[in-house]
Amino acid sequence: MKRLNNKKTKSYSLLKNQWQMLVMMAPFFILFFFLLIVPIISSLVLSFSSYDMLNPARFTGIDNYLRMFVSDDVFPSVLKNTIVIVLITGPAGFMLAFLLAWLVNEFTPTVRTFLSFLFYAPSLAGNAFFVWKVIFSGDSYGYLNSFLLNLGLVTEPITWLNDETWLMPIVILVQLWQSMGISFLSNIAGLQNVSRDLYEAGSIDGIRNRWQELWYITLPSMQHMILFSVVMQIQSSFTVSTITTELAGYPSVGYSVDTIVSHMTDVGSVRFEMGYASAIAAILFLLMAGTRIILGKFLKILGR
Amino acid sequence: MTDVIKKFKCFYQDHSAKAKMGATRRFTRSKWGNAICCLFIIAAGLFTMLPLIYAVATSFKPLDEILLFPPKIFFVRRPSLENYAAIPTLLSDQNVTLSRYIFNSVFITFITTLVHIIISAMAAFGLSKSKFKWRNALFMIVQFALLFNAYTLSVPQYIIFSKIGVIDTYWAYILPQLATTLGVFLIKQYIEGYVPDAYIEAATIDGASYFGIFFRIILPLIKPVLLTLLLFSFRDVWAMIPQGTIFSENIKTLPMVMSQIASGGIARSGSAMAVTVIMMIPPVIVYLISQSNVMDSMSSAGIKE
Repeated sequence: MKRLNNKKTKSYSLLKNQWQMLVMMAPFFILFFFLLIVPIISSLVLSFSSYDMLNPARFTGIDNYLRMFVSDDVFPSVLKNTIVIVLITGPAGFMLAFLLAWLVNEFTPTVRTFLSFLFYAPSLAGNAFFVWKVIFSGDSYGYLNSFLLNLGLVTEPITWLNDETWLMPIVILVQLWQSMGISFLSNIAGLQNVSRDLYEAGSIDGIRNRWQELWYITLPSMQHMILFSVVMQIQSSFTVSTITTELAGYPSVGYSVDTIVSHMTDVGSVRFEMGYASAIAAILFLLMAGTRIILGKFLKILGR
Repeated sequence: MTDVIKKFKCFYQDHSAKAKMGATRRFTRSKWGNAICCLFIIAAGLFTMLPLIYAVATSFKPLDEILLFPPKIFFVRRPSLENYAAIPTLLSDQNVTLSRYIFNSVFITFITTLVHIIISAMAAFGLSKSKFKWRNALFMIVQFALLFNAYTLSVPQYIIFSKIGVIDTYWAYILPQLATTLGVFLIKQYIEGYVPDAYIEAATIDGASYFGIFFRIILPLIKPVLLTLLLFSFRDVWAMIPQGTIFSENIKTLPMVMSQIASGGIARSGSAMAVTVIMMIPPVIVYLISQSNVMDSMSSAGIKE
């Protein structure tokens, strides 16, 4: 009986009940607005001012941006470091993750689960990169040093984490080690979701080997999944900062591995030059968004 | 030898059996190809696992074995728990006991993860099943905002946090994670993929409110993706080291303590690794609980533009 009554008013109740949807969406979107949209917009605005959080912001035009590229000695090197880290760990991390996922996907589910755990373990273990600090320890007790000393390859321990030539490769290695996980998981999930019918149709249409299958069927049908893991890679590689500060300290020797984020944190929450820190943040947003848009377009073209 | 090969073969999916069942024919690789692939997988596995194994081994080494020269890397002669036992005394100069740090970490991770999952699921439900015109535009913004994590936003958020006076409080840990969009994104994509509109319509006809639908129908249906988000959110919050928003010793968490101990040099490396091992255990447990759901729910996570 109740059901019949309600059927009549179905369209009304749909409209009437929409406020419940609004109530449910509200908590997240209020937080989203105040903690993500507002900070991004306010940092774009504040980037044109001088602001120390005590005195009101003073409009200074493009001074901050000029300072960044002309008078700040540190910014060019942190920009260069960030770009090097992104250019190497981004593509390498993604390709490694994809290749591993592609290979692991052929195993039986049990083995696949086990291997997935192996490859995801470093990202799972959160701050486990501290172990690299011991491995690359600068005295002869450091794992790598004693190994090399034993083999007679070096005569004196190398101070890995205080040496400009070694710091960057080490940071790249650790970032790769740590960040591959989520790309790997999303790639393997995507691979399992490629429709088997497509492979069958492909083999009828004359696909001869694994590589053709990968190029003509697997990659195009994983296009959306790939964009997701690319976004995750951009997110983690542009914001490398804990690894560098924990391994090499801030500032690191000769600013050889400091990144935009660690410099921004230093300028902002340590020196309270919020106007300048906001300008750095603005550049970081633009770099990340730009990379994201270009790669999105690129994948769209590839997917056709 | 043939036995070994046979045993080895059983690890691979038997594509020929599937082909008989009318499923797909897959290409086989040459023996050399297989060998190279397996070597590659083993090398990658060693690369990811050796440092972790090293951490576990070192954490059980007594001091004299750590200082042994040349160091034995994976081999522990007399495993001992002294590194674990030494952790509380290492912290004695901080006026804060280890249990306080553990409480902080557990409390913050629990609250943040729980609230994050609930508000993300509600927002995702609204985004995928409401009738608002602007919900697609909103979702595009959310999808784009996947780019930005707590580190990117640390300085801009710092200004907001100090205005509302949450610097150096628990909120400084909790709030940044709540605004990240990975949860909403994953759950929304999952609902689109696995929860047909017909369910919602049927329930509305039966007179259920949207709250009722959400709690009684949607939540049980999307359990896999909720467990996936549990894993990601737990992992992020558990390992988070806030950038310049926490100063008081009594609200610091384990990762920050860990970084203090790890900077103590070689004599403390045993204890540093002991903390590392302790820190690894909870995320691994969460992973083991949720792993069978991760693959299912991640497969709907593609970004469509």
